[in-house]
Amino acid sequence: MLNSKTIFLYLQNIKKTIDNNKDEIEKLDQEIGDGDHIFNIQRGIKESLNLQDELSSHTPDEVFKKIGMKIMTTVGGSSGALFATLLIGMSKKFNGELSDQQNIAGMFSEGVEAMKNRGKADIGEKTMLDVFIPVSNELQKLSYQDDTKKLAEKIKNIAKKGMLSTKDLIATKGRASFLGERAKGHIDPGARSSQLAIEAICNTILNK
Amino acid sequence: MKKFVNNVDDILTESLTGFGNAHNDILEVKLSPNFITRKLKPSYPKVALISGGGSGHEPLHGGFVGYGMLDAACPGQVFSAPTPDQMEAAANHVHSNKGILFIVKNYSGDIMNFEMGAEMLDFEHQTIIVNDDVAVEDSTYTTGRRGVAGTMIVEKTVGSLAETGASLEECKKFGNHVNTMTGSMGVAFTSCTVPAAGKPTFDLNNDEMEFGVGIHGEPGRKREKIRSADEITSELISAILEDLKPQNEQEVLLHINGFGGTPLMELYLLFESSKKILDKKNIKLSRSLVGNYTTSLEMAGGSITITKLDQQIINHWDSPVHTAALRWKM
Repeated sequence: MLNSKTIFLYLQNIKKTIDNNKDEIEKLDQEIGDGDHIFNIQRGIKESLNLQDELSSHTPDEVFKKIGMKIMTTVGGSSGALFATLLIGMSKKFNGELSDQQNIAGMFSEGVEAMKNRGKADIGEKTMLDVFIPVSNELQKLSYQDDTKKLAEKIKNIAKKGMLSTKDLIATKGRASFLGERAKGHIDPGARSSQLAIEAICNTILNK
Repeated sequence: MKKFVNNVDDILTESLTGFGNAHNDILEVKLSPNFITRKLKPSYPKVALISGGGSGHEPLHGGFVGYGMLDAACPGQVFSAPTPDQMEAAANHVHSNKGILFIVKNYSGDIMNFEMGAEMLDFEHQTIIVNDDVAVEDSTYTTGRRGVAGTMIVEKTVGSLAETGASLEECKKFGNHVNTMTGSMGVAFTSCTVPAAGKPTFDLNNDEMEFGVGIHGEPGRKREKIRSADEITSELISAILEDLKPQNEQEVLLHINGFGGTPLMELYLLFESSKKILDKKNIKLSRSLVGNYTTSLEMAGGSITITKLDQQIINHWDSPVHTAALRWKM
């Protein structure tokens, strides 16, 4: 059931997963970026978790919006703007009448569209969207799926595939685009952190 | 990592507070959300200029807040774009009835965050995107060229125009003009250490340099064996001139910028090396600026910026300015 408690449970597990993979994300960013991504992500998660008590009885859309605003005002960089846009976008599409699966598919699609507009980017440009767009498409396709474990397993794999696809792409957006061919062979750090976050949510569902 | 640090998380706040106290005759530092603004708000209506970007490039941009340049600057975390609430707060603080002009370096993070900040405003605003770095190929399919040391030349000249009471439209047009007249390219001899990371962003061997480097310690276009100053200068200037295509006897401004870890002695050598090449190419050096103005923490190396001058740019470059990092004629 999607509520404030489960959202913060996901967030706590995202924190654990990101912390466990801190060095790898940092290294990826140093190779093709400037090394600030992991610190921005960790700051954003920490600030968001601080909202847990305050938002304990809020509806999911309010929780997404508040976390989005918090990320927008504390993270900075490209990732701050994009993750904030995702969450604020998601909050706009919440519909309590729908099943969780349908609701999440609708919200996620809205959030990802907002990210595409904000970043003026699409799939295949070596960014976090190479994870988010396929995940969003799959959520739409499987919104009828009642077996949440099956759904989580599927989404986890799609996210991983998307993340790995960034390795051989040439970046046309973001800091890595300045490197041209030199960025080839490196996984995009934003795609990696996004995939890890999605994996953490899926694992929470799978381990229930 | 050897740096002056108490607690890594407090670096930005402590540094900004110190900056505000050291220059309390010119500017004021506001915290949460962070922005730097002029000590005295202009008593006359003018277009308010706001710039900003990641920290670690000091004196850019806070050092250019004051009469004749910026009205406010929004510093982000080290090498990270500032957040939209900073731009919103700065704009609400400095705007008069003539509108806000944002001056933004062409990085995705800066552009997105300034855009989100601008969307929160209910008064007139425009944005200039600076992209003077000729090391990066410009294409409609990429993020395009970076904004580097030429940004301060845009800030100085547009800042001067804004003081004359020019309209928002005029300021924007002139800023875009100065941007197209300006080209830069840099080379790094060492990487730099983001305090939160505690180790250098990349490794360069003792005999290597990163050619066409940006201002975040991010890798450049190619890595090469180090060469003589004249050879390095020649390649940098060729790339810039290829882009600017100056006329014979074109008057130019030459700005030699240090990245933070190279002594002034070498920067002046770089200046001389550049001047010799410009002389040979029959380009008239008529204004110059040498120093550490757009830095990358403690990165060694520097960049060359050339601006093609016309009478309007000359007038606004020469006009009085009073900021923490740039001051003349007053």
